Amino acid sequence: MKSKDIAELLDEPACEHNKKAKSGCAKTKPGATAGGCAFDGAQIALLPIADVAHIVHGPIACAGSSWDNRGTRSSGSTLYRLGMTTDLTEQDVIMGRGEKRLFHSIKQAIDDHSPAAVFVYNTCVPALIGDDIEAVCKAAQERWNVPVIPVDAAGFYGTKNLGNRIAGEAMFKYVMGTRDPEPVKNPPKNMKIHDVNLVGEYNIAGEFWHVLPLLDELGIRVLCTLSGDARYHEVQTMHKAKVTMMVCSKAMINVARKLEENYHIPWFEGSFYGITDTSQALRDFARLIDDPDLTKRTEALIKREEAKIRKSLEPWAERLNGKRVLLYTGGVKSWSVVSALQDLGMKVVATGTRKSTEEDKARIRELMGEDTKMLDEGNPKILLQTYEDYKADILIAGGRNMYTALKARIPFLDINQEREFGYEGYTGMLELVRQLALTIESPIWPQVRSAAPWK
Amino acid sequence: MITKRNKALSVSPLKASQPMGAALAFLGMYHTMPMLHGSQGCTAFGKVFFVRHFREPIPLQTTALDQVGAIMNPDDNVMEGLKVIAEKNKPAMIGLITTGLSETEGTDVKRTVREFRQQYPQFDNIAVVPVNTPDYKGCLETGYSLAIQAMIEELVPDSSEAPKVAQRQRQVNVLISPSLTPSDVEVLKETIEAFNLRPVMIPDLADSMDGHLTESRLNPLTIGGLAVSEFETLGLAAATIVIGASMDKAADMLHEKTTVPDYRFKTLMTMEAFDQFLMTLKELSGAEIPDRFERQRSQLQDAMLDTHFMLGQLRVAIAADPDELYNFNQLFKSMGAEIVTAIAPTHVHTGILEQLDVPEVQIGDLEDLEKSATEQKAQLLIGNSHVVESAKRLELPILRASFPQYDYVGGYQRTWIGYKGCRQTLFDLANLVLHSPSEHEIEPYYAKYTQKEEYEHESEQTLTRGVQH
Repeated sequence: MKSKDIAELLDEPACEHNKKAKSGCAKTKPGATAGGCAFDGAQIALLPIADVAHIVHGPIACAGSSWDNRGTRSSGSTLYRLGMTTDLTEQDVIMGRGEKRLFHSIKQAIDDHSPAAVFVYNTCVPALIGDDIEAVCKAAQERWNVPVIPVDAAGFYGTKNLGNRIAGEAMFKYVMGTRDPEPVKNPPKNMKIHDVNLVGEYNIAGEFWHVLPLLDELGIRVLCTLSGDARYHEVQTMHKAKVTMMVCSKAMINVARKLEENYHIPWFEGSFYGITDTSQALRDFARLIDDPDLTKRTEALIKREEAKIRKSLEPWAERLNGKRVLLYTGGVKSWSVVSALQDLGMKVVATGTRKSTEEDKARIRELMGEDTKMLDEGNPKILLQTYEDYKADILIAGGRNMYTALKARIPFLDINQEREFGYEGYTGMLELVRQLALTIESPIWPQVRSAAPWK
Repeated sequence: MITKRNKALSVSPLKASQPMGAALAFLGMYHTMPMLHGSQGCTAFGKVFFVRHFREPIPLQTTALDQVGAIMNPDDNVMEGLKVIAEKNKPAMIGLITTGLSETEGTDVKRTVREFRQQYPQFDNIAVVPVNTPDYKGCLETGYSLAIQAMIEELVPDSSEAPKVAQRQRQVNVLISPSLTPSDVEVLKETIEAFNLRPVMIPDLADSMDGHLTESRLNPLTIGGLAVSEFETLGLAAATIVIGASMDKAADMLHEKTTVPDYRFKTLMTMEAFDQFLMTLKELSGAEIPDRFERQRSQLQDAMLDTHFMLGQLRVAIAADPDELYNFNQLFKSMGAEIVTAIAPTHVHTGILEQLDVPEVQIGDLEDLEKSATEQKAQLLIGNSHVVESAKRLELPILRASFPQYDYVGGYQRTWIGYKGCRQTLFDLANLVLHSPSEHEIEPYYAKYTQKEEYEHESEQTLTRGVQH
């Protein structure tokens, strides 16, 4: 990919990071860098599209250590869970046989698995030796009449975040708008069905299935979630939605912006974590769709669901009420999780804002008050110090920090991609409280902190 | 016969990359930071790979090459990375591991390390070991071997001119294959210590990756492992014990440098192999074999009697790195079971694949495993956590082994070697066979002429079925 194209992707007008001096896509420091590469980001963003053959074009390290390691769930096809890679050899690299191998690989994937489409992910080595994956994909598509989409996201182009955008860009450029949605099957007589998109919803542990029944009930048809439990033909139709919801993340904000610019689809940012935010997201759909009947039904549903969940949470809230949380997430997720925790009467004493924008921070202040500690940097040392200083009862963070907590013998809850449990929607709150109580109230803590009696 | 890879696309890869193997070797060294010379993703993926396997924090850094840097001045990233780690983490050793990206770019890590030495003499006390491990070659096992070789090359003084063999009479160097788990290494250490010998484990994953809590809550480096200073003592040892064919080259190098005599074992997973191992220790130490081993040996013999009913003629399909394949090959041979499918991720040229008692070793992936296991009517699968999905598809029981085991707590802590480890493996295998649906189950027959009223219905069905056939 040309530097110019990368610069363009980094310069995302809809992203607040652009407006401040601080950049979310800063250059990395050798010897002191954590986090994934652009390929990682692109793969995370698109791999959940379930009926696609995802081919990683490169030597083994890219796919070998990473295939089938995400918690994303599909309701049907499981093709996405097969790791596919050209597994380039030394001879391929030296003799320039990478393109040829890729071409045959695409054929093999099509022959053996009849995928709805093939996605080809570029990686560093073929990018460096100059494999033209775009040309190979084009030729393959013409030859076998199956969509073959290049995702030019070699790791060294930049960070995971950039990779998310490259993925979004590829979907916008090659897939969206190539097919119109099917008419609604058996439309109900008493309400109008409205089409929406969700961008940045990955259906981790199947958690979106907590939300989907509610949307069904309201007559909201999800044309596509990019990309949790998605199918290729759904992605094709995203240009026909009435609203796009950016779920919990700025990762593919370029998709929402371009859908708005090109197809006049309004978008909003929201989250399904917590009672308050779930209700807000449903209201935002109703507001932007602007159908008075939908608005009325939405309010009724919210009232019913909130009452129901609050009742079931009562016994848990008693146990968790007043517990102090140190929350460290990448960024936007911070405020969405904060609201979920506050719904339980927990106190968030400090939160990470490394990737948060000024707007996010304002929102956090608004939610949690001025005295909340904001952590711009969250290395393990700072996290543990803050945990002690603010007398927290639990660290909630991404899997990367799990061992920071566990090795320091403190309770921990994982809220990232790899987790096993789904927390979205009203019902997801029940799983969240169960997991919170499970670690906070565990009898192991005094035991693991105890020295041997003869010491 | 070894069949080469015969298809363009690898589906459900078995292979873990060379840089992963090299990183693993460095994780067995005390206060060490491995750094992959590549894009930051190489390290991020590697870290997740090991974190999920060991359920431990993993020290692993990156030179964070970007697109421009990879072409214009990649060595600068190496210099800066080394300097940053040296200043910030003050390690005893940095393992500088190349990747496909830096190798394609044409990196010369040895030269860069020399430059680093010239420019930053203040870090002379920190060992820096460069190793070339492009991921378009080899597999985890070869990368691990290359890293051990690099450490021997860099850190062991050449005493071949004036050998100092056995100046430390009780010291035994142990070169250890990556097919041994931290728990295996622990058992190995205890066994050698039982003969009043002083083992030096290369590497010592038992001390670093065994999953233990330390006083200190924050550890940016490895929390245990072989001390770097020990490399200087290797030439003083009375003997070197070598476990696994993958360590042969490293053993040759060590021998050449030190002339310390070595004793090589391709596996320690069978009774016969462990017998020989104990006899060697007896010879080296002059001590008698402790009684408890005899007891354990007879326990293993008893287990062989109990389990041979389930394991005899068992048809096994296995996908693993070469040393691991050989371990199981010997174990199954000793029990009268048969490996019908053997998949290796790459041809390693250590000679070990040629020694497997199988008609064919395929260089391939888990798709090949599934195909062959089906054709060969395998009854049991052995492999990493990815093979669990294969096992589900084939409806076969699986025994998890090797890397990565992300769906199984404590897989990294399983003991395979020695009489006790072998005995437990036999029990586990036998249980898997016992609890899987038997092919020998005889279908009930519903007699046509019978007084049994309760199965009149079934009898009719049998009749109808009979008509249909």
